[in-house]
Amino acid sequence: MAKLQYQNRIELLQGTLDLMILQTLQWGPQHGYGISLAIRNRSGEMLQVDTGSLYPALHRLEKQKWVASEWKVSENKQRAKYYRLTAAGKRQLAQERSRWQQLTEAIAGVLEHSRNETES
Amino acid sequence: MSFRWFGRRRRSEELNEELKSHLAMATEDRLQRGEPQIDAANAARREMGNFLLIREITQDMWGGRWWRDLLEDVQYGLRVLCKDPRFLSVAVLTLALGIGANTALFSIVNGVLLNPLPYPHPEELVTLHESKPNFSTGSISFPNFLDWQKDNQTFSSMAVQRGTSFILTGLGEAEQIDAQFVSSDFFRQLGVVPVIGRDFARGEDLVGAAPVAMITAGFWKRKFDSASDVIGKNLTLDGKAYTIVGVVPANFDLLGAMRSRELYVPVGQWNNPILMNRAAGLGFHGIGRLKPGVTVAQARGDMERVTRNLAQTYPDSDKGIGAALIPLRERVLGQVQPFLLLLFGAVGFVLLIAGVNVANLLLARSTGRAREFAIRMALGAGRGRILRQLLTESLLLAVIGGGLGVLLAAFGTKAALRVLPETLPRSAEVGIDARVLVFAAGISLLAGIGFGLLPALKISKSGAQAALKEGGRGGSGTRHRVQRALVAAEMALALVLLIGAGLMIRTLGALWNVNPGFEPKNVLTFGFALPSAMSGANADSVRAALREVHEKFAAAPGIQAVSFSWGALPLSSDDEWLFWIDGQPKPASENDMNWALNYVVEPDYLRIMGIPLKSGRFFTGQDDERARKVAVIDEALASKFFPGIDPVGKRLHLNSTDQLVEIIGVVGHVKQWSLDADQKESLQAQLYTPFMQLPDKAMAQSSSGIGVLVRSQNSVAVFDSVRRASAEMSSQQVVFGAQSMKEIIANSLSERRFSMILLGIFAGVALVLASVGIYGVISYVVGQRTQEIGVRIAMGAQRSEVLRLVLRQGVTMAALGAGIGLAAALPLTRLMQTLLFAISAADPLTYFCVVALLLGVSIAACWMPAYRAARMNPVDALRYE
Repeated sequence: MAKLQYQNRIELLQGTLDLMILQTLQWGPQHGYGISLAIRNRSGEMLQVDTGSLYPALHRLEKQKWVASEWKVSENKQRAKYYRLTAAGKRQLAQERSRWQQLTEAIAGVLEHSRNETES
Repeated sequence: MSFRWFGRRRRSEELNEELKSHLAMATEDRLQRGEPQIDAANAARREMGNFLLIREITQDMWGGRWWRDLLEDVQYGLRVLCKDPRFLSVAVLTLALGIGANTALFSIVNGVLLNPLPYPHPEELVTLHESKPNFSTGSISFPNFLDWQKDNQTFSSMAVQRGTSFILTGLGEAEQIDAQFVSSDFFRQLGVVPVIGRDFARGEDLVGAAPVAMITAGFWKRKFDSASDVIGKNLTLDGKAYTIVGVVPANFDLLGAMRSRELYVPVGQWNNPILMNRAAGLGFHGIGRLKPGVTVAQARGDMERVTRNLAQTYPDSDKGIGAALIPLRERVLGQVQPFLLLLFGAVGFVLLIAGVNVANLLLARSTGRAREFAIRMALGAGRGRILRQLLTESLLLAVIGGGLGVLLAAFGTKAALRVLPETLPRSAEVGIDARVLVFAAGISLLAGIGFGLLPALKISKSGAQAALKEGGRGGSGTRHRVQRALVAAEMALALVLLIGAGLMIRTLGALWNVNPGFEPKNVLTFGFALPSAMSGANADSVRAALREVHEKFAAAPGIQAVSFSWGALPLSSDDEWLFWIDGQPKPASENDMNWALNYVVEPDYLRIMGIPLKSGRFFTGQDDERARKVAVIDEALASKFFPGIDPVGKRLHLNSTDQLVEIIGVVGHVKQWSLDADQKESLQAQLYTPFMQLPDKAMAQSSSGIGVLVRSQNSVAVFDSVRRASAEMSSQQVVFGAQSMKEIIANSLSERRFSMILLGIFAGVALVLASVGIYGVISYVVGQRTQEIGVRIAMGAQRSEVLRLVLRQGVTMAALGAGIGLAAALPLTRLMQTLLFAISAADPLTYFCVVALLLGVSIAACWMPAYRAARMNPVDALRYE
C-alpha cells in the first residue's frame, strides 16, 4: 500500500513536464524550441527545460497519441516540426491538471499543518 | 520487419532535422539579441547539450530498442569480423569442424537409433528364435514353426525366413543368385505391398505347393527391364521352374539381413530332406507381429505354454526347447548402440575443444580491442550493452561455422557410411533431416554462447580506465591465466580421445596377433555349384563330377592345394551335428545327445588351413565312400569327451548322418566363433569328416552349392585361374563369392576397426586443434612480452635462456592438461571396456605413449614462437608497440 502511494507520487512529479507541454500546446501548435521558450517565459525564467528531457517527452507523448506533429515553416522561414494537442491529449490535460491540483492542495495542507505545529 | 526498419530510418533522419532546427532557432534568437555569430552558435549548442545523446534517448521512446540494438550489433559485428579475415577464417573453420563432425555423427545416430523402424507399428514386431541348451537364440525347425503359428494366441501373424542361393539358368549366362526362403505371411506382416502381381498366399509355403517366386524390383529391372508382363513368367532355379507371382518394392530390406536378396521363394520349395524334421533348425529365424495391445511379456507367457505342450507331445525333439522373443528394435540396434554412443562422446569432445579454441582466440583478440571497449564505456555504453555486442559477435561466428559445419556433415556422412561396417543396420536411412538441422542449430547456439560468454565477461569486467592506461596492450596476468587454463583443458580433452584411440589400436593389434588356430595367409574361399542339369542326379554321379572338378582345380596354375568344404567354416558360418559315443546306450532323445561343429572336408584341408595335427593321422584319398567311415576331432572335443584317454580308435555315432565313425586323429582347436570371444561360446567341440564319405542324400544335394578352399601364392590372381578352369569344363557351372581368409578375419573385426578409425580421426583432429590452441596462446604471450624479452636480451640474457623460458610456459600448460586428462581418462575409458580385447582400460603403455605424444606435439607447437622470441633483435623489440 505504502509503496503504491509512493509510486503515484513519483508519477505525478514526473508528469509535470508532460503537463506543462500539454498546457503550452493548448494555446496553439508549437515546435520544440517554442515550447521550451514558452515554459521559460511563463515561469518567469524560473524553469529551464532541458532539451534532453523535452524531446524524449515530446516523442513519448506523440507515441501515446496525446500530441500529433507536422512539419511547417515558422515565422522566421525556418522549417520546424510543430506539435499540436489531439482530442485525447485534451482529455489527458484535464485529467493531469486536476491531479496537479490535488497534489498542490495536499502539499499545501502538509505545509500549513507543519507551520501551525511550529508556531504552537 | 524490413518495412518497419525502413520507417525507423526515416524517423531517425527526421529527428536529426528536428534537433537541428531547434539549434538553428536558438542561434537565430541569440543573433537577434546581438550576440556575435560564433558565440551564438556555440552558446546554443552548449545550451542544448549532447546532441547524439539526446537523439539516442529520444529514439528510445519509440520502443523496439531491442531489435534495433541487435541489428546494429550484427552489422557492427560483421564489420569487425571482416576486418580480421585471418581470425575469422580460423575461428569459423574450427567451429565448422567441431559442429560438422557432431552433426554428421548425429545424423547417423538419428537415422539408426532415433528414427522408428520403417514398418507400420514397428513396436508390435518381435523376432522369434528357439531357445536351446546350446543357443539362446537358435534357429526354429519348420514343423515347430507351423505349430507355433497354429497354437499361439498373442500374435496376429508369424513368419520364418532363411537366406539361400540358387543357380539361375535360362536367362543369359548361368549365375548364382542370393535368395531367401520365406513363409507366407512374411511380407504381409511387414506391411510390404508388391509393386505388381501378388503376395504369397496362405498355404503356399507348405511342402508340395506349386513352385512360385517373388522377385525384387532390382532383379526385375536387371533381367526383365521392368516389363509388366513378367507376372506368370517362369524362372529356372536349380533346374526347377518357378512361376513369378509378384515384385517386391526396391526399398524393402529386412533389417539385419547381411546381403541383399534378389528373389524370395516359399519355404516349402526347399528340397532339403530334413526340412520336415522337427529336430532340425536349418537356420530359420522368425519374425512375428503381436496383436494390438499385447505386451512382449504376455507373448512370452503364451509361447511358453505353446512350447511346453510341444515338448510334451514330441519329447524326442522338443524337450528343453523354448521360444525366445526379442523386440525387433532391440535385436537390430542392440549391438551398435554402445558403439555409436562411444563415438558420440568422442565427437562431443572434439566440439568442446573447437569451442575452447575459439574462446581462446576471442580472448586473445579482445586484448587488442580493450581500448575500443574502454572508449565505448567512457562514452556511456553500459556493461550489459558491451556484453551483448561481444556475444553477438561470437554467435555470428557460431552461425557461420554451423552453416559450414552442416555442409561438411552432409559430405562427411556420405564418406562415413562408405567405411561403416556392413552390420550397421539401416544405414540407408541416414541423412540430413529436420531433426539433424535442429540439432546443428542447437549446438551452434550453445557453442556461440558458451564460448563467447567467458571472454565477453572477462572484457566487460576489466575497468575502462585500466585498459586506457595500459595503452591497449592490456597484459593483465589474470587474462593469461584464463587462457592457460583453457589450453590445459583442451590438452586434457585431447588426451582422453588419444587414449581411447590408442586403446583401440592396441586392441586391434592384439586381435591380429591372436592365433586363430589356422594360418589365414594365402587361403582363398569361394562357392561352387555344378551345372543345374546335375540337380536330381544320384550321389555317385555327383561324386564323380566333383572329383573331376577337384582334379581340374588342383591342376589350375598357381593352385597348391584344393579342398571342398561343407558345413562349418571358421569365422564365417557354422553348422552342428549331434553325436553320442559308441559303447554308451543311444540317448532316448536328441536333447541328450552331444553337439559338435562339423567340418566336412578333403585330405588337403589341414595343409591349406595350416591346422596342426596333434595325434593319429588326417584323411587321405583312401578315406572314400567305399572305405570304413572315419572322423578327426579337435582337442576341445577330445578333452571334453575323452579326458585322459587316447581318443584315436574310439568310435562315435553321428545322429545327423546316421553313421558310425572311427576317430583316426586329433587336430588343434580352431577359433570358430570370433577371435576375441571364442571361449565364451558353449559349443567348442569340433568334428571333421571326409567329404567323399558324405551320406548319399547329402552328396546328391551338394551339387547345388559347396564351399571350396584353395591355397596359393596369390589369392587374387588364383580366382581368375579357378574361374577359367571352371568355364573350360562347362559354362553352366558357377564359381562365386570369392573371399580370402584374411578378408574373413578382417570382416569379423570390422566394427572394432571402424571404431578405431573414427576415434583415431577424432583424436587426430583434437590433437591438431589443441596444438593450434597452445601455439596461439604461446605466440600471443610472446607478443605481449616482446618488450620485456627485448630488455632481457639487451641486459645480456642468453638466447637459450629465452627459448627455455618460453618453452617452459608451453610445457607447463601441456603437463597440467595431461595430468587432468589422465585423471579423467581412467574412469572414462572403463566405459569402452567391452570394445577392448586383451588389454586393460588402464593399459600403462598406451597411457605413456599418448602422454609422450601430447607433450612432444606441444613442444613442437611452442617451438616456433619460442625460437622467434630468442632470435629477437633487442632494438626492434624495444621499439615494438
